[in-house]
Amino acid sequence: MNLRRIGTSLIAPAIGLFVSLAVTAVILVAIGASVSTVFSSMWNYGTSPRAMSLMLNLATIYFLSALAVSIGFKMNLFNIGVNGQYVLAALAAAVVASNLTLPKVASVSITIFVAMFVGAAWAGISAWLKVARGVSEVISTIMLNFIAIGIISYIIVRTPIGTETSLNIRGTKAIPETGMLRGIAFIDPGTQIYGFFFIAIFIGVAYWFLLNRTRFGFDLRATGKSATAARTSGVQSNRMIYVTMLLSGAVAGLVGLPYLLGDTGSYTLQFPTDWGFIGIAIALLGRNNPLGIALGAILWAFLDISSGQLVLEGVPREISTIMQGLIVIVVVISYEVVRRYQVKSEQTSVAKALAKQEASV
Amino acid sequence: MSQSALAVELKGIWKRFPGVIANSDINLKVTSGTVHAIVGENGAGKSTLMKILYGMQKADEGTISINGSDLVFNSPSDAIDSGIGMVHQHFMLADNFTVLENIVLGSEPKNGIRLDFAKARKQISDIAAENGLAVDPDVLVSELGVGDRQRIEILKVLYRGAKILILDEPTAVLVPHEVDELFNTLRDLKKEGLTVIFISHKLDEVLSIADEITVIRQGTTVGSVNPHTQNVSARDLAEMMVGNELPTPDAVGDTIQDEVVLKVENLSVFAKGGKAIVDDISFQIRAGEIVGIAGVEGNGQAEILDALMGIESASGRVQFKDEDITNKSTRHRRELGIGFIPEDRHRQALMLEAPLWENRMLGHQTKAPNAKGMWLTPRSAKADTKRIVEEYDVRTPNIDVLASALSGGNQQKLIVGREMSGEPKLLIAAHPTRGVDVGAQAAIWDHIRHARQSGLAVLLVSADLDELIGLSDNIKILLRGKFVADADPATVTPQELGTAMTGAGEAA
Ligand SMILES: Nc1ncnc2c1ncn2[C@@H]1O[C@H](COP(=O)(O)OP(=O)(O)OP(=O)(O)O)[C@@H](O)[C@H]1O
Ligand SMILES: [Mg+2]
Repeated sequence: MNLRRIGTSLIAPAIGLFVSLAVTAVILVAIGASVSTVFSSMWNYGTSPRAMSLMLNLATIYFLSALAVSIGFKMNLFNIGVNGQYVLAALAAAVVASNLTLPKVASVSITIFVAMFVGAAWAGISAWLKVARGVSEVISTIMLNFIAIGIISYIIVRTPIGTETSLNIRGTKAIPETGMLRGIAFIDPGTQIYGFFFIAIFIGVAYWFLLNRTRFGFDLRATGKSATAARTSGVQSNRMIYVTMLLSGAVAGLVGLPYLLGDTGSYTLQFPTDWGFIGIAIALLGRNNPLGIALGAILWAFLDISSGQLVLEGVPREISTIMQGLIVIVVVISYEVVRRYQVKSEQTSVAKALAKQEASV
Repeated sequence: MSQSALAVELKGIWKRFPGVIANSDINLKVTSGTVHAIVGENGAGKSTLMKILYGMQKADEGTISINGSDLVFNSPSDAIDSGIGMVHQHFMLADNFTVLENIVLGSEPKNGIRLDFAKARKQISDIAAENGLAVDPDVLVSELGVGDRQRIEILKVLYRGAKILILDEPTAVLVPHEVDELFNTLRDLKKEGLTVIFISHKLDEVLSIADEITVIRQGTTVGSVNPHTQNVSARDLAEMMVGNELPTPDAVGDTIQDEVVLKVENLSVFAKGGKAIVDDISFQIRAGEIVGIAGVEGNGQAEILDALMGIESASGRVQFKDEDITNKSTRHRRELGIGFIPEDRHRQALMLEAPLWENRMLGHQTKAPNAKGMWLTPRSAKADTKRIVEEYDVRTPNIDVLASALSGGNQQKLIVGREMSGEPKLLIAAHPTRGVDVGAQAAIWDHIRHARQSGLAVLLVSADLDELIGLSDNIKILLRGKFVADADPATVTPQELGTAMTGAGEAA
């Protein structure tokens, strides 16, 4: 019974993958490329030790972003503002870390705390607007994304916090090596896997426990399932909005850190600013379930990393973006189809079982 | 009888859900221009059968024929096109729309591309006048009580041109005079040539209105009776439904103790405009005592209960045992041992898309057996859910099914079982046996009486006056937010109570 459920929950993503591969193949044929060479070169590159290491690093970032989004999703709270929350958090973390001269453990802990705090605070504005003023969090978080980007550009371009970095681009002062959390190279000797990879796993497990094994998690899920019933059961809905939004923001605050502390060491104007949106797509793919999100993040990262190969084969790299979009759509649809099929098949098997019972009585 | 045509004929209907067969080989014949009642235990498959007839669900097997021709319904709109209309067990009106808007919703009157409300208004008042269904088309539905909502649901269906009307438990929350009004309407509709299919657990009412009664047991039709020509009693019907004799609840003597469990002083609840919905009421309940509130729905019952649970803000003072809980949170009140059975089970008491065992935790998620400290304890919660399912006879294949898969009455049994768990000190209950069949109703009464012997205090709101009189030690009559009189359950009759509730007794 349980095995069957797990089986069917894997069918949907499998269908999604298969259909999007098929559609991509059609597109490739249409633009006159060789399907087999393109796919095999993506696969060969994607499974090389170096690419796998890069993939895990990117997946770590996506995973954190999707977790932040899905905490809100669980209670029908749509935090579209992960982008704004993590860029501000990363900037604040970069500024603080570059001014610390402490041993690694202390320095990194403080940096993490600062990032989570800033992410939570930025998300907290939306929570406050929702509770006190009735503003939809969808709107306020989107607006706060723009504001965050604006603030960051101002700080880096116009204030002394921004300087010319060694990369010939304006950014924050470099973080000393004691403040970095680089990682270890265990797949490819030349590529380190972010230390945050392990932190992300820990956070994924903690997320599962929080949601499924604590009273708070129950209150949160109950609010998502029926706000009125949750309220009658004693859940204080305003408090829930605050706590959930702050938690979501705190996790969002971590999104930029793997890259900041594991790679650049400085927040520059080139710091990516769209990981929050990718998180939304992956949260949908993974159905707000940490394991599903992890798989979704790895798949997404694989397509990102191996898309570089497309160019080598003379195919536009946007093909991989198309595949990503296709996968989300097809998976969401096939989840629904599979669910219906599952109900049907269960019905017939149960009815058969009951009929047999009756006959033997 | 040969001249009477069949409005509806269902042949060999089967419907299976995961773990249950809701309908197995159902055959039903409904004569045109009659009121046809369907009775059966909770979960017998009545609502399912009606949803099939209304095109909301598809039968696995079987045929539907309407006025002699075989039809296949793929959606309610197909059924509506064939002149079928349905009023559901759980109302489906949009609260923030006016009566008029609700009625036309989905079949908007068009004049070119504009909505032609003037025409709709005229049509509706014509239909209303013909059938004695007085309503004000411009008030918001959220301001109306259940009796009015019911009328609107019926109007809505008639407006769509229904000739065959399905009513799923329409009287469950109506007080006697509202039931009388509804029945007058039904008789008028019958005169106009309409056919009514009517589901109810109140067997006396069924006997008084129906021309033909079909009994369903465990998903299959077990018989049909004609109350005009055959001499059947409510007891006979009940026994047909259950398949054996009914249990008789044993009476319990006076159990009232001295300790005051709930003391309410000058409680008022105000509407947005400042109008008092609950107007300065005071009362107390002692351990082992059941205080009943009699009143037509919409006179402030729901607000009193919500205020006592801390869900609605109110002025006045509420004391539980020795503690002033006026400003305490809902959670705190629940943790003190106050159980709550709210009026609207779908909105307030269940997570429909969650399994039964998670619903067992709802409202009790801070205490054993559901939690220990901040951690949930799913294993013991599941075990306790199994206990409730057994003790309260909740008909379900297992405790992992979603609450939405249970029949209305079985959902109610689960809620009652949950709120009676953990030895509550005070039970605040609205219509505890709403939609529950006669057998299960007696069982729930037994549970309440039993708990009361060990000191449970109960505040009981019910539209079922027999229930109110049978259980209460003391009845308060609520009219427009005020307690206008007391009634002694030992002497008062349902008729007297019914009159007093409408305010007609005020002068006397
Ligand atoms: N959507 C569903 N999924 C699974 N099972 C269902 C579903 N709807 C109904 N059932 C099951 O079918 C059976 C019949 O339910 P139905 O609602 O027809 O009962 P009913 O006779 O109307 O009962 P009540 O008097 O309590 O309203 C029940 O066992 C119920 O649990
Ligand atoms: Mg029903």
